[in-house]
Order: sequence, then structure tokens, then C-alpha cells
Amino acid sequence: MTWILKRVVTSIFMIWLVTTIIFFLIRLMPGNPMDYMLMQLISMRSMSVEEATRLVQSYFGFNPNEPLSVQYINYFKGLLSGNLGQSILFPGTPVGQLLGQSVPWTAFIVGVSLLISFMLGISLGTSIAYARGTRLDNILSLLGSITNSIPNYIVAILLVYILGGLLHLFPMRGAYGTDVTPGFNLRFILNVLYHGILPIASYVITSFGGWMLSMKGSTTSVLGEDYIMAAKAKGIPARKIKSSYVRRNAILPLFTNLTLSIGFMLGGALFIETTFSYPGVGYYLSTSVSGRDYPLMQGCFLLITVAVILANLVTDLTYSRLDPRIKVR
Amino acid sequence: MKALSEMFNIIYRNKPAFVGFIILLFFVLMATIGPVLVPLDMSAHPEEMFQPPSLKHILGTDYAGRDIFAEIIHGSRSVLAVGALASLISVSISVLMGILSGFMGGTTDWILMRITDIFLTIPSLPLLVVLAAFIRIGNSLIMALILSLTSWPGLARAIRSQTLSLREREFIEAAKVSGLNSFHIVFSELLPNMASYIAISAIFAITQAVYAQVGLFFLGLAPFTSINWGVMLNFAVSQAGALYSSRSVSYLLAPIVCISLLQISSILFVRALEEVFNPRLRT
Repeated sequence: MTWILKRVVTSIFMIWLVTTIIFFLIRLMPGNPMDYMLMQLISMRSMSVEEATRLVQSYFGFNPNEPLSVQYINYFKGLLSGNLGQSILFPGTPVGQLLGQSVPWTAFIVGVSLLISFMLGISLGTSIAYARGTRLDNILSLLGSITNSIPNYIVAILLVYILGGLLHLFPMRGAYGTDVTPGFNLRFILNVLYHGILPIASYVITSFGGWMLSMKGSTTSVLGEDYIMAAKAKGIPARKIKSSYVRRNAILPLFTNLTLSIGFMLGGALFIETTFSYPGVGYYLSTSVSGRDYPLMQGCFLLITVAVILANLVTDLTYSRLDPRIKVR
Repeated sequence: MKALSEMFNIIYRNKPAFVGFIILLFFVLMATIGPVLVPLDMSAHPEEMFQPPSLKHILGTDYAGRDIFAEIIHGSRSVLAVGALASLISVSISVLMGILSGFMGGTTDWILMRITDIFLTIPSLPLLVVLAAFIRIGNSLIMALILSLTSWPGLARAIRSQTLSLREREFIEAAKVSGLNSFHIVFSELLPNMASYIAISAIFAITQAVYAQVGLFFLGLAPFTSINWGVMLNFAVSQAGALYSSRSVSYLLAPIVCISLLQISSILFVRALEEVFNPRLRT
């Protein structure tokens, strides 16, 4: 119990730390975006200082002329009440609203991709661990190494180019076509799935190999354990040993990789969503960075970081339940 | 010496590793002596736009009539330089943090590991992109520094746990008892025992740095200072419209093939190295 509390407190501390670093980057760096914007508004658009200040305040959610401590407190008040400022690139839209629209798309793509590549990797990895040294093992292991080392954006570009641009089999951009109305109807859902296939394929192709190779290694070492020998000696059927002895134990170490993987995949969303112009968090992050939309950038980065920290927390908490041998630190 | 000959033996017998090694060697040559042999002309030649591959232009020309083959060769230099530099810096940070933490123990260990945890948790690519928005990336060194800032924590942890387990071994105990100072113990006893692991991690770090760097250039999130495969990808997609037309197919495919080959060959090579130095992996 105290351990759970400690983990929760650590996570909250991390979130606080990241938000604070972002605040100081935006506010204190020489030539920081707030001062820059103020100067630009005053000199280029010949606004009065008060007018410019008011506009900047509406973008960032706090007043640049107040003492730093007050700004800091206001910034946190804003974050806690869900006020992340206004987007500059999408005028008149609160950052919170943009994020709210983009989160489901990223969750859909990353979630489905992670699920498919994890399942695929686990089952293939178990099979080739049992068939060690055979031709199947050699081919699949080599294939896994190769696909796992190609950058995901390269696969995304190739898929878009070949299946989208040349063969016109799949849509090249967006999350759904212009001819469907968003809502809970079959046409829309099918259209969303159709648009999701290529982004999901880019993820799966480049990440199943890693899961497969780790599962192979993990299964191989479990197969050498004494309790497998004991189970065999007891005459437990091979199928039962495979499903309830080998696989269950072999999956455990992969479970911790899941955390790292969520962070990596959310980072990869930056590349994949941008390649497909898919309106998720990664797309908005890269758009905001190239368009110097600091409020939106801050929002996207905070959202991704908080998601990763929470994912970490959940994996840690569930892992100690899955494997009671792990004595809590 | 024995390890070296064994290494060549295993690489020679392992076909994928051998192919990987040859391709890697080819890229290193391309980056070092290639630019000397093939001159790069970055001025526009509108009369030679989108030429298909020919004897004069082996890979054809791009949207401004420049030779793609020359661009690829000159681009390899910055890709490999940033990759190697980032790997060097990041591995150095990892080794320093890991050994300090594992060797000193106590409060130092606690503080260093909390810092490592923080960097390990913050997703590195988004952090990289945000940093790129605040810091002007003027040259390869700054790019490498930013890349290594986010890539060291995983290895630092691994080195710490290796240090912890080595510290309990007899030969370290013996060195301590015979009154050798910590400096000597770290450099003559600890580091040589981790050298192969560090070398393997360094190659992995290069592939990570290449992935992140080319990706950033591809999205146009880092300003272009020199010709680079990622910059070529960006131009192919954004300037030449390569995704929608077939006339600039070689401009799109050339960097794609090079990046993929570089990454694949590094991984195949490093997996064989792992097999040499970690005999438990041999099946």
C-alpha cells in the first residue's frame, strides 16, 4: 500500500516537474516565445502595449507583466482547470478543444497497432522458440530483425506512395473522407477503419519483430527452467505446458517493455500521423512546432508526457499483481 | 586478439551479419572518401529537371535539376557524422552516470538514478521536437548534443547494474584490498570488463540517432544546414510532390533505400556482435 502511494506521488511529482520545465522554457529563455510575440505584435502590427499584452495573455493564459510567481500560479491554475490557452495557428480555438478532438484518433491508431503487433509478436515468438534452429525460425528471425530496424516513417512513406499514390487502393491522408458525416453510423465507421489501415500497418510492420524476438528469447529461457522439466515428468500434456506454464511465464518480462513501447509509439505518432496528415496528437505537435504555435505545442507535449507517465504507473501497479515474485522495492 | 579472430569467424559464417558488415563498410567509405570523388553542384539547372537515370546522372536529377547521386553521397556524411557523434556523447554520458552511480552508491546513486528515471520517462521524440523549437540547430554538433540528451538513460541504468554486479567480484575486491585507488579500479578493472557491451550499445545508439535525426529532418522540424538524406526526403515529399507523381521516383526512393540499408545492416551486424560477446545467445 505504501508502495502504491509512493509510485502515485512520484508520478505526480514527474508531471509537476515537466510542466514547470515547460513554463520556464516559454517564459524565461532568452528570446522566449512570449516576449517575442509581444514585440512582434507591437512592432509589426503596431498594437499598443496594453492591446498586445491582452492578446498574448489570451493565447498563453497568463499575463506576461505580472510578477513571475503570480504568472506561475496562474499558469498552474489554468492547467488544473483545463485551460491550456488559445491556439495561434487555429485562431479562436482553445488548445484544450484541439487536444480533445485529436486524442481519440491517436488512441485508436496507437492502441490498435500496439494490440496487433503485441499479439502477433507473442504468437510468432512462441512458435519459433519451439522451432529453434529450423528454417522457419531462421527466416522469421531475420525478417523480424529487418522490419524492426527500418524506421517507421520510411514504411509509412512507402505504403502511402505504393498503395496510395500508385495503386490508389487506400486513401493517402486524413482520418475519414469528406463524403461521410461523422457520427455513429456504419458508413462512417467503415470509412474510419479504411483510413486507419495504412497508419496501423506502418506501426505493425515496424514493431512486431521486436516483440517476436523478445518473446522468442524469453520463451527459450523459460523452456530451460526446472519447473518445465518437472511438469513434463509429471506427465502434463505438452499443450497444457505450452499454454499455462511456458507462455504465461515468458510474457512477464515483455510486460515491462510495454511501458517503454507506449512512449516510443506515441513518439512515433509524430512521424506517422504527419506522413498521413492524420489528425492526432502527433500531427498537431509537429504542425505546432513548424508553425511556432507555442500554446498548442505545450499542450501536445504535456498531454503525451502525462499519458506516458500514467501508462508507466498503470504497468507498474499491474505488474506487481501479475508476478508476485517481484518483491516491491 | 582471440575475441577479434573469433568475431571475424562468426561474422564470416553468419551470412546476414557478413552482408551487413560489407554494406556498413560501404557506407563508411561513401561518407569519408565519397564527397572527395564526387563533386556536388547545388546550383539549379532548370533545363535538366526530373531527368530519369542515365549515364550522366546515375540516379537522375531532382526538381531543381541537381544530380541525385551526388546529393546522396554528400548527404551520407552528415547522417553518419551526426549518428556517430550523438552515439559517442550519449554513450559517454551513460557510462559516466552508470559507473558513478553503481560505484559510489548511497546518496549519489539515489540522486543520479532519480535524474535517470526522469529522462527515461519523458518521451524522447516529443522532447526532441520541442527542444528543436527552442534551440537553433546550427550545426551537426548541436544536433548530436540534443539527440544524446534524450537517449542516454536506458544504457546508464544497464551500466549501473553491471557495475553493481562486477563490484562484488573477487578481482575488484582484490584490487581494493591491494590499495589501488578508485580511478585505477574504474579504468583498468571495470571498464575493460564492459567494453564489448559498451561497443554494442554504441552501435545501437547510432541507429537510434540516425532514426531520430532523419525523422526530424524529414518532418522539416530541424532547420536544414546541409544536404542530408532526411532533407532529401522532405524535399521529395514537399517540393517535388513525389508521392503523387512518378517523375521523381528516384528522388524519393534513393534516400529511402539508403536509410533502410544503413539501419538494417547496422542491426544485422550488431546482432552478430552480440552473439560473439554473449555466448548465451547462441542457439
